[in-house]
Amino acid sequence: MGSATSELPAQRTPLADAAETGLKIVVVGGFGAGKTTLVRSVSEIRPLNTEEVMTQAGQGVDETAGVERKTTTTVAFDFGRISLNQRMVLYLFGAPGQERFWFLWDRLFSGTLGAIVLVDTRRMEDSWYAIDRLEHLKTPFVVAINRFDSDEPQFSLDEIRQALALKDHVPMVDCDARVRSSGKEVLITLVDHLYALALSQEGTS
Amino acid sequence: MSRKPVDIGDPDRLYTVTGGRSEADDAFDLVTLIVSECEPTAGMQSEHTRILELCRHPTALVEVSAELKLPITVVRILLGDLHAMGKVSARHPRAAESVATLPETALLQEVLHGLRNL
Ligand SMILES: Nc1nc2c(ncn2[C@@H]2O[C@H](COP(=O)(O)OP(=O)(O)OP(=O)(O)O)[C@@H](O)[C@H]2O)c(=O)[nH]1
Ligand SMILES: [Mg+2]
Repeated sequence: MGSATSELPAQRTPLADAAETGLKIVVVGGFGAGKTTLVRSVSEIRPLNTEEVMTQAGQGVDETAGVERKTTTTVAFDFGRISLNQRMVLYLFGAPGQERFWFLWDRLFSGTLGAIVLVDTRRMEDSWYAIDRLEHLKTPFVVAINRFDSDEPQFSLDEIRQALALKDHVPMVDCDARVRSSGKEVLITLVDHLYALALSQEGTS
Repeated sequence: MSRKPVDIGDPDRLYTVTGGRSEADDAFDLVTLIVSECEPTAGMQSEHTRILELCRHPTALVEVSAELKLPITVVRILLGDLHAMGKVSARHPRAAESVATLPETALLQEVLHGLRNL
């Protein structure tokens, strides 16, 4: 196999031999919102990159030819890893939030615990589609505002909630994706939210 | 189990790596942990050798894909073969007894605990 880059880590950090369960959380956001930075800051390994190539057949009809079209899309994503304990390992996936990638998502990321929508307030409209889609898929999520230095004027969380038309129950949190403790807080905010949802479900069933 | 067509852009490479097949089994999730059940042997397909070396310790499918620089779908095919030959075992998400029997809240508590200890 010719390797595409010479960046392969000299030594891998293997998982514990007792590791038996992989869990998933997705970080979604617009271009340059800080997804890779966030994954890197909390991951125990340097973020790795891979891709999936998908052929979508018979999705709609070609308007000009009136025949079924087959389209091939490559979606690249990076990911990091957090060993939660000897048995459980959490994978964090950073993925683009653009509309044209969404049909891949159900398949790539099915079974995720939940999602983090990373927002750059200079380009809030970049997150509209992702939020819409997560609501539609009923994937629980939190919104993390990545505060860049040049982020002026500083919108308050309430203003951002309005701009994103976010429901009241969706947690929002400020963060600096470069800082490990901040990234960790974002993850905890999400899992706290998931816990509350699970608790109310267990109460009703 | 649905089988989906794949197209990795370079048909020759796909043909070589997967023996001409272009359908992947969805049995392996991105975070299914793969564990080698044996050592590679001489004359084995080089991708199989690399996988068996990599998975001496549990390794998620997505990590195998990143390390081998092969698309997910191709790795699924390779793993399917190795699994069918009994050369690797698969630890599927939440299939382990210690997790499968946990209520969602207990599972999430373990996740929270792990994150707080970071
Ligand atoms: N000042 C500041 N810079 C940041 C912050 N987060 C990320 N950056 C920088 O912003 C740039 C984009 O960050 P990435 O993490 O690559 O963003 P991304 O969402 O992965 O980008 P794409 O994968 O290209 O869509 C990088 O140069 C980061 O160093 C932040 O909180 N503050
Ligand atoms: Mg990135």
